[in-house]
Amino acid sequence: MTLFEALDLGLAAIVLGVAAWTVAVREVFSAVIGYVAYGLLLAIVWVRLYAPDVALTEAAIGGGVTGVLLLTASARLSRLPAPDAAPSAGLKIAAAALAFLVAGALAAAVVYLPDPAPSLAAAADENLAATGLGNAVTAVLIAYRSFDTMLEKVVLVLAVVGVWSVAPDRVWGGAPAALGPATPDAALVFLARMLAPIGLVIGVQIFWVGADEPGGAFQGGAILAAMWMIVMMARLTEPPRIGSGWLRLGLIAGPAIFLLIGLAGPFMAGSFLAFPAGFAKPLILFIEAFMVLSIAVTLPLLVAGSPSREAGE
Amino acid sequence: MSPSIIAGFVGAGLVGIGLYALIVNPEPLRKLLAFNVIGNGVFLVFGIVSRRGAIAGFPFDPVPQAMVITGIVVAFAASALAVALMLRLAEEAGRVTLEADKSTKPDEGARSP
Repeated sequence: MTLFEALDLGLAAIVLGVAAWTVAVREVFSAVIGYVAYGLLLAIVWVRLYAPDVALTEAAIGGGVTGVLLLTASARLSRLPAPDAAPSAGLKIAAAALAFLVAGALAAAVVYLPDPAPSLAAAADENLAATGLGNAVTAVLIAYRSFDTMLEKVVLVLAVVGVWSVAPDRVWGGAPAALGPATPDAALVFLARMLAPIGLVIGVQIFWVGADEPGGAFQGGAILAAMWMIVMMARLTEPPRIGSGWLRLGLIAGPAIFLLIGLAGPFMAGSFLAFPAGFAKPLILFIEAFMVLSIAVTLPLLVAGSPSREAGE
Repeated sequence: MSPSIIAGFVGAGLVGIGLYALIVNPEPLRKLLAFNVIGNGVFLVFGIVSRRGAIAGFPFDPVPQAMVITGIVVAFAASALAVALMLRLAEEAGRVTLEADKSTKPDEGARSP
């Protein structure tokens, strides 16, 4: 067994152990903290799968932003009474049997995957030069499967609309509740002041290098979003009113620019969402820049949740 | 044993752990957490498909990876919507539970004389 194989086995054991602890631990708060740690460990597994782009996304969104979302939710729900009914032993045994069955079937499927594996890597590599990009994953996201990526941005906007619309009528147009405590820890305020400017630069850098190296609009946008959230958690700024025109413009800028350039495709390059030869890279970076903006606005709004204060407050 | 196969077993294991917790934990927030664990497992299994798609000069197939990135973002959006629904339910009912209490049974009105 080589060193890397041993490390892989150790990593696998730790990830599964932390996941099991996360779902088994009694307090919801501990479970959420466990989930954040587990998200970061999962990112290392992705690195071992030669997927640095996915690792960055998993660490930033899967671990970080989802962690803040669940943490905020557990704090807001902590005053509620615990549910009365614990599951019966019979249900537990049946659930365990089902879980073993499904996990076993999946593991078998992994072992018996077709050999040689089907792959689109050759096709992706062949046309990479035409997009002017160096990172094949970014090329798949913004060029080859751009329709998917555009619709995904629309899904994010729909999620924000969904989150806002569960609010009672009287607070419509108001602001979500503050993310942090009334008097935040001095260390948190210091961290927000120190980290936010640095994170801003790193977020933009990760977006910019994403054209050729691991990184991209999602990962960069998620880091910018995290910076806005940490500033809100330190109460240096408050969540914005959802009625704000600028906020809504930032929210839809990404999908709107994407759609406009897509609609210009038939005139410039012959089909919807096609990029004219030679101009692909600047157009892709232009779209991505607005996507970064929209992601950086959308994720904190999803975490902040429904408005709970009236517009005048 | 190549690293990709080990990660595939981790994915399968995560789906199992998440599925068990999804059924057994009565609290909706814990169920959401368990659901996210299942999602991570599915993504990892898909990650194996990407890793096995490696051909000369390319250590992975970029298409499944791009789809996993899209999936992670959509999973987050769905989680945020679920959290918003839970918080609203808590505000309205004072508790968050999936158990049907008497007043919310849909057929209650039809049965009453």
